[in-house]
Amino acid sequence: MGDRADVWQGTLALMVLKTIEAMGPIHGYGIARRIEQTSGDLLSLNYGTLYPALLKLEQEGAIASEWGASENNRKAKFYKLTRAGRKRLEQEAREWEQATAIVARFFRPGEEPA
Amino acid sequence: MRQIRAWWQRMRGLSRDSSREREMADEIESHIQMQAEENQRAGMSAEEARRRAILKIGGVERTRQAYRERDTLPLIENLLQDLRFAFRQLVKNPGFALTAILILTLGIAASAALFAFVDAALLKPLPYYQPQRLAAVYESAAAFAHSNLSYPDYLDWKRMNKSFQSLDAWSGTGYALRTHDGVEPVPAIRVTDGFFRTLGVVPILGRDFFAGEDLPSGPRTTMMSYTTWQHRFGGRRDIIGQPVSLSDVPYTVVGVLPKGFNFAPRGTPEFWTPFHAESECDLRRSCHGMYGVGRLKDGVSLAQAQQDLQGIAAQLAKVYPGSNGGQGAAIMPLSEDVVGKVRPILLVLLAGAGLLLLIACVNVASLLLVRAESRRREMAVRGALGASPMRLARQFLTEGLALVAIGSVLGLGVSLGVMQVLLRSIPKQGMEQMPYLEGLGLNLHVVLFTLAIAAVATVLFALTPLVRLPTRELHDGLNEGGRGAAGTLWRRLGSNMVVAELAIAMVLLAGAGLLGKSLYRLLRVELGFAPDHLATFEVSGSDAVYGKDEDVRRLDRQLVDRLNGVPGVASAVLTSVGPVGFNGNTDWLRFEGLPYNGEHNESLERDVSPDYFKTMKVKLLSGRTFTSDDDAKHPKVAIINKTLARKYFPNEDPVGKRVGNLDLKPDSMKTIVGVMDDFREGPLDEEIWPAIYYSIYQSPDNYVSAVVRTKGSEAAMLPDLAAAVRGIDRDLGVIDQTTMNLRIQESQSAYMHRSAAWMVGSFAALAALLGVVGLYGVVAYSVGQRTREIGVRMALGAQRGTIYGLVLKEAARLTALGVAAGLLCSVAVLSLMGKLLFQVKAWDLPTLTGVSLMLGVAALVASYLPAHRAASVNPVEALRAE
Repeated sequence: MGDRADVWQGTLALMVLKTIEAMGPIHGYGIARRIEQTSGDLLSLNYGTLYPALLKLEQEGAIASEWGASENNRKAKFYKLTRAGRKRLEQEAREWEQATAIVARFFRPGEEPA
Repeated sequence: MRQIRAWWQRMRGLSRDSSREREMADEIESHIQMQAEENQRAGMSAEEARRRAILKIGGVERTRQAYRERDTLPLIENLLQDLRFAFRQLVKNPGFALTAILILTLGIAASAALFAFVDAALLKPLPYYQPQRLAAVYESAAAFAHSNLSYPDYLDWKRMNKSFQSLDAWSGTGYALRTHDGVEPVPAIRVTDGFFRTLGVVPILGRDFFAGEDLPSGPRTTMMSYTTWQHRFGGRRDIIGQPVSLSDVPYTVVGVLPKGFNFAPRGTPEFWTPFHAESECDLRRSCHGMYGVGRLKDGVSLAQAQQDLQGIAAQLAKVYPGSNGGQGAAIMPLSEDVVGKVRPILLVLLAGAGLLLLIACVNVASLLLVRAESRRREMAVRGALGASPMRLARQFLTEGLALVAIGSVLGLGVSLGVMQVLLRSIPKQGMEQMPYLEGLGLNLHVVLFTLAIAAVATVLFALTPLVRLPTRELHDGLNEGGRGAAGTLWRRLGSNMVVAELAIAMVLLAGAGLLGKSLYRLLRVELGFAPDHLATFEVSGSDAVYGKDEDVRRLDRQLVDRLNGVPGVASAVLTSVGPVGFNGNTDWLRFEGLPYNGEHNESLERDVSPDYFKTMKVKLLSGRTFTSDDDAKHPKVAIINKTLARKYFPNEDPVGKRVGNLDLKPDSMKTIVGVMDDFREGPLDEEIWPAIYYSIYQSPDNYVSAVVRTKGSEAAMLPDLAAAVRGIDRDLGVIDQTTMNLRIQESQSAYMHRSAAWMVGSFAALAALLGVVGLYGVVAYSVGQRTREIGVRMALGAQRGTIYGLVLKEAARLTALGVAAGLLCSVAVLSLMGKLLFQVKAWDLPTLTGVSLMLGVAALVASYLPAHRAASVNPVEALRAE
């Protein structure tokens, strides 16, 4: 237990938020599938870790949930972004881009700073 | 911010019900079904599709668990779970739970209640500004380690000392307060002008006395206590500036003292007046009637101040050898002056309560140990199912916590009751001297103290069963009932605990025995007079009405005549100070014809009416007693007690000798006409002092103690006697009506000894009970463990007698060890009680022997039961049992 701030956890939250933003209200299974598809099935997500992550986001007020019916008319819990979640997504996305951009510079050949 | 919000949500998760759990399960289930459907669409069989789905999510239970942990705070969740389990365990085993809680409640209640007393009396008795800088200032003399100051001495000390920021003095007095229904005697204090500034007390209404207000030329003003203001004057704010009539003199009210203010050395005075030295005694250097109180300068120690004053006293002794020869100075912290007398008893009682608590904890710990033993299997199973040793230890901790929590809460509740009982057992008079005990209750200190006890007890109770926690040999616990080495370990530990318990019980019992014996000795101390059928009370006439000698003399005569005229009275007499009072009110004597070197021959001085000794039934040793002719018209006479006669006239008959003041002034000379046997003028636990008696008709008093021997019940006569006094003058005060026996019973020394004996006695009884029960537990357990062995022995031909012997021998060994250890501790510990013991030594052999026997017999009776059970074992069944 505890809130280990490891990279995986952080990126998972970001992926989840982005997925929900892109898809609108969506259930946990949908999020899991979508993440796998988006990653081009490169990422093998342990679906079990998704739910605590969702719960954490909900506890932090970034997303809200509501029971509804799935496309196959199955009862499912749908998650949507809250206003705070949207803001958080923007901020974290920016931070992520910045971070990857910095890291990427180290791997781009021939562009040593003069 | 985000974190706080999440925490809050998780805290809320703790109290969520099972619907939340179902919701999580539903969500996971719906996930699995969706995945399974998709898998099926991809061509898997229904079964395979579902299996894969579950595999992909990483196991249903694991997911749920992770989900659940995120939903709440697992640490607290576990604690709550443990607590719930602990309570279930306790409820399932009500005998154990009730016993343990009862024992803990008793121990905690006793300790908390006594701590409340100690806290009130010893830790914060003085409600003043920086009370640790305040000192009580006394003179000292050969006979008195602490004697009162005289006003002229006080003035010199105040002027000459270099140690005190301010030095003030006070003197107790009484006034007749005129109210709508006549007059009422009220206690009061005369103070020097800076008294309240020295204490650091500011009136809540009006003003303090100003500098110089205490001089004879100063105005007649008074301040009053908060209670008086509320009760007598309805808390009216316009009371300032109003006149009150005190002993027929109008005083102007200038101030009201704060609510929390009290002045323990003088009980509960209602009025405070400036000193106004006017009487003959106030102005005489050898008349000691004041108490000094000073605030030390910063950086000046008590010892330095003592030296300073001692120096001044020596100077004064040179200048005024007659009055000040041999007089020194004695100062002590004011708190010592206030609580010095109750400190030893309180500390002994607190120590007693502490021992009781200790024994209670040991007892509960050994109960827990027995339980841990019988739960070995449960622990082994839980261990085998994956509970970590830490988790198991936490379970014990929680159970200990539950026990202690319940015990502490109940204990605090009960302690309130105990405090009330104790407070009520203090005689009114004693209570007035301990105003700091008012409002005694559960304050922060007491609660913190209890919490500290609870914390220690919890740790103890959590650790005890851990001894038995089979960490390495979990599987052993599963194998079998667990005998052998484990059993012996417990037996050894349990035995040690019992020895400790018995030793503590022994200390308490011995203490109680010694205190009981002290009390017995004290109440049977030779009084020297017959206390039965004696009623007693005090009569006070105001100085305004009874100021002149002839008026007072007439009052004293009238009192004797009227009281003797009441039907049912055998004889009524007056004395200036009642018997079994205090060793004070002394006179300095000089005997004509005896060599005199200037020392102060200190002797109690009492003025008594003619039949005083006959009424008290005190034996006349030689000469005669007073008659009603020993009055102002006849030569002055005196009677002395045996102690005085022995001290100054060891080889001759004092009758006919003459005694006077230090200068042998002609008008002070009195002829000794008789010698009486000794009797108790002072407290029961002090030595008998030399005493000299004058005829009250030659030395009249307007404040007297009446002693009346009645034919029937003395208590029933008190109202008639009071009425007879008021028949003379309805403004006369009649105070402290009681019987002589009650006066003795309730005298401070008797009260102290009685309360100590009773309290320690009840602690000891409880401790002995707990100790003996503990012994029973150990022996019974050991018999249970050895059933098979006993069966074998009997099968091999052992007689029942041998089996009895086997068990009783073990019990006797433990008892002997406990008693012996207890005896050693007793002698060491009880020597510290010194002051509380009266005519008994700490190593009083009969008491110690008696107590040992008592405990020994009780212990053997307790172990007889298991011995009997052992001897009744049927060998066949015992062998088959396993």
